[in-house]
Amino acid sequence: MIALEHISKRFGSCVALDDVSLTLSPGERLAVVGENGAGKSSLMNVLYGLYQPDVGQVRFGGETVRLSSPKDAVRRGIGMVHQHFALVPTLTVAENVMLGHEPLRRGLLDARAAREEVVRAAKAAGFALDPDATVGGLTVGSQQKVEILKALARGAKTLILDEPTAVLTPQEADELFASARALSEQGTSVVLISHKLAEVLAFATRIAVLRRGKLVRADLEPAKTSPAELAALMVGEGVALDVPTGSGVAAGAKEVLRLERLEAKGLARVSLTVRAGEVVGIAGVDGNGQRELAEVLTGARPWTAGTFTLLGQQRSALTPADCHALGIAHVPEDRLRDAVVKDLTVEENVALGRHGAAPNARGPWVDVAGRHANAVTLMEASDVRPREPLLRLGELSGGNQQKLVVGRELQGTPTLVVAVQPTRGLDLLAVAEVRRRLRQVADAGAGVLVVSLDLDEVRALADTIVVLAHGRVTGTFARGEADERELGRRMLAVSA
Amino acid sequence: MLEFFHTLLFSTLEAAPPLVFAAVGASLCERAGVVNVGVEGMMRAGAFAAAAAALVMPTPLGVVVGALAGASLAAVHGLLCIRLRSDQVVSGMALNLVMLALGTFLLEAVFHSSSGSTPITQLSRLSLGSIDAVPLLGALFNHSALTYLAVLAPLLAHWALKHTRWGLRVRAVGEQPQAVAAVGIPVGTLRFSAVLLSGALAGVGGAVLSTATLDHFEHHMPSGLGFMAVAAMVFGRWTPLGAAGAATFFALADSLRIGLASSAPSLAQLVPGGVQLALPYALTLLVLAVQGQRGGAPAALGQSFDLERR
Repeated sequence: MIALEHISKRFGSCVALDDVSLTLSPGERLAVVGENGAGKSSLMNVLYGLYQPDVGQVRFGGETVRLSSPKDAVRRGIGMVHQHFALVPTLTVAENVMLGHEPLRRGLLDARAAREEVVRAAKAAGFALDPDATVGGLTVGSQQKVEILKALARGAKTLILDEPTAVLTPQEADELFASARALSEQGTSVVLISHKLAEVLAFATRIAVLRRGKLVRADLEPAKTSPAELAALMVGEGVALDVPTGSGVAAGAKEVLRLERLEAKGLARVSLTVRAGEVVGIAGVDGNGQRELAEVLTGARPWTAGTFTLLGQQRSALTPADCHALGIAHVPEDRLRDAVVKDLTVEENVALGRHGAAPNARGPWVDVAGRHANAVTLMEASDVRPREPLLRLGELSGGNQQKLVVGRELQGTPTLVVAVQPTRGLDLLAVAEVRRRLRQVADAGAGVLVVSLDLDEVRALADTIVVLAHGRVTGTFARGEADERELGRRMLAVSA
Repeated sequence: MLEFFHTLLFSTLEAAPPLVFAAVGASLCERAGVVNVGVEGMMRAGAFAAAAAALVMPTPLGVVVGALAGASLAAVHGLLCIRLRSDQVVSGMALNLVMLALGTFLLEAVFHSSSGSTPITQLSRLSLGSIDAVPLLGALFNHSALTYLAVLAPLLAHWALKHTRWGLRVRAVGEQPQAVAAVGIPVGTLRFSAVLLSGALAGVGGAVLSTATLDHFEHHMPSGLGFMAVAAMVFGRWTPLGAAGAATFFALADSLRIGLASSAPSLAQLVPGGVQLALPYALTLLVLAVQGQRGGAPAALGQSFDLERR
């Protein structure tokens, strides 16, 4: 039995954890839910020895223990699987698992013992993994299994899974939870950190909710609660989180975009249409042509064959400047690479790409006052905090940066919006806000194309779902036409 | 014709060791994620220190001193790149410049000469008497022990990377230092060990020049061989065996030039001397141009590691 008692932790003036007490019994499956910044990760980092609490203590079976580094935590049987894997892609599964506690024979690496250890641990967890496979060649789901094996091979009795399904397909997620359940039945405690309420309710035996560093509830039973109750506990009462589904596409709505048998590097014979007022969701496992498609649509990648019709006009090529002129808004996947400059101020970033025209410029000169006023308006409308246009962009949190990018791109009247992973890493409130904005521009007559790896997001937002696998369209469904299983099968391009 | 190949084989085995040692060393350093363009300077340090030390001690011990000199210079590189996180290319180039000047200065200060140091006893050569004269087979003998060590060094390095704990960790730290740190292995110490070993090997490479090839330190040593070793490492795709193979190839090109001059004087007269001298260097450029950029380079090469950065 592990007990976290009265844990408090501050960073400067920010209180990350405020008098949190939580226990964990052997074999238990505890889910810790909460918004970004609610303190879930901080709490787990205390348990994993990464953070030292200012107040409070950690007890293992009644004994008070000081965990001054992850090494101490590992010695006490704590294993953590981070969202970003710590794996070496060029090494094999066995080499990755043994790294740091290599079995030796006569001073040399004992490859056979390492391999046997992997096979044994994989069997216990129900994984099918080849110990000699190179990790870089594995799917994301399998790489995650390697991370779990690493923890188990170090004798983990408590497994912390930090947002484990963010990168998985539904099938892979099911497999993961089945394995985690099997492990917990063998006595391993599992802590699941997640904001996906459906999986939390399906997997956990107990749910704890954190809000702004405080423990709201620690005793919720999945059978006796609901997603609505959990969401209310996470964000506080009376906050609207639902996204309107929109009025649907008008019968005679004109086509904003039509692709026919389009070929480009990474894409094969892609056909799809986006109509005015329609939200089209692109579903797929990461690396199956989504990025290439978004690049083609925003002028960053040429196509080699097929027809590309934009606003009724067939085009033979497209540059980013054309996109600007035509009103194609782009919310890129990696904002720090493609959308904003970290070391410029917020208002300079708001003007980025629109710096040549009013309100940001007057003739050849920068209109400092106009730019400032515009930035203030936009920050107000998009709820970017803190409201300081002269702050360096890098000092905003990721969520606020994203809200700024979305706000900037949706300013004016875009004709087509290409949004790639628009809500990745945002918390419930910000997610709801971004989704509402996308819905709003669609209702105002724009065509919206949303690429997301999060199937729930695609299902929540899209009027039409297009599934991509290996650069090909493997399915097109209207809202509600296909269930998660069917979509998952199409995403993996397996026939039913 | 047989005589030509005999000479070619013999002079390749004479020319290759400095390059092989340095290239294998560089490959270990860069596999750990630390760029090493300071090989030239480390070789120069090794060449000078070995020649100077051999005046007061047996020449083989002088070679060891050369290795230590290379390692000391590498320690400066490690300190700058790993502890102080400075730019790894700039640090390497700075060391080269410092050693260029320091070598010349010490030559003047210690030996009062601007061209070369006082001659020493050269390393003895392994001779099997009458077999030395047998065509081709004989070319394998009458070399110093360092030539045979140069054959062993890449095999040893390859084996160490594959079968020792240190090797596994070095391979990992050059690709994904975060993963290494996450399992509690100190990244800096690990990288430092590879940098030191690389410096020692470069030092031995330099020592070959002043104790086996010649019997003194020449003012221009190692005259670009260090850079050629780095090129060989890139050509060899950052593996000890590949680096050694490429180094041997460059040495072969150089020997070919010498061989042609003696066996086909008419050809040698036709091609200007400067062009012949530039041949190995031009070949290096050509090879690198053909190979393209960064094929097979460790993913974290040149990035200093900061635990808190994400």
